[in-house]
Amino acid sequence: MIAYAISIKYMVAAYAVILSVLTIYIISLFVRWRKLKRDLQTLDALDKEK
Amino acid sequence: MNRQPKALIYLTILSVILFLGALAMVFLYAPLEVVMNYVQKVFYFHISNAWVGMLGFVAAAVAGVIYLITRELKWDIVEMAAVEISTVFFLIAIISGSIWAKPTWGTYWLWDARLTTATILEMIYLSYFLLRQGIEDQERRARFGAVYTLIGAVSVPVTFLSIRIWQTIHPVVIGGGSSAQDSFGMTSPMLLTMLFCLFTFSVIFATLLWYRVRLGNLAEQVEQLKQKITQ
Repeated sequence: MIAYAISIKYMVAAYAVILSVLTIYIISLFVRWRKLKRDLQTLDALDKEK
Repeated sequence: MNRQPKALIYLTILSVILFLGALAMVFLYAPLEVVMNYVQKVFYFHISNAWVGMLGFVAAAVAGVIYLITRELKWDIVEMAAVEISTVFFLIAIISGSIWAKPTWGTYWLWDARLTTATILEMIYLSYFLLRQGIEDQERRARFGAVYTLIGAVSVPVTFLSIRIWQTIHPVVIGGGSSAQDSFGMTSPMLLTMLFCLFTFSVIFATLLWYRVRLGNLAEQVEQLKQKITQ
């Protein structure tokens, strides 16, 4: 049987990794979306100027 | 076009609720396993991430086939979205499995059949992005992606069946009856929690896929406008 303290330590580590990677990925989607929206606005303005 | 559809908002809310429900089931409902105790709780999210990873790679292959038939770029966007999300989920499955392995197997990593095939699977899909970036022509890139995901999908059943084909330390959870080391007998609440987590992560996958496809469409819009201006 694995000792409780060790078992909890690895469980917390695993869930920390799972939640962190998922959060980073969701943030990356949001950041990319905002960047593309900005690009689109700039390009739209350039297109209208043309 | 860029306003969020109501269905996507509802799906997002549902995903969050299901995710919180899955956490509650894992930590409040599922009983402690007698030998591994707390660390066994990694199992529920580990298997769900692996499931979504494999599901997405198959979905990408299906989108690839549809692209090859229709030649519509939207299917290339769906394919790339599915590969990206699945690569992330499968990476989580590999890392969480490795952390779980340390107290149960005494090591973070072993080059046994399951771990090796899973690593190869992840590498195949990481290479997909690198190779795609090297192709300038949009149509050639999409054609390459479709064929690549179709061939890459072969590694999905190989990885899934690896623990049944070869002798391995990794337990057979689905379809059980394993003699593999550190396998554990699942009680009904454990099984229910596992199924709930699998369902939850499937919904999360669908939600993220929708967001990622919208991102791909927006990127395509930007690309087209860039080309129009530079012409």
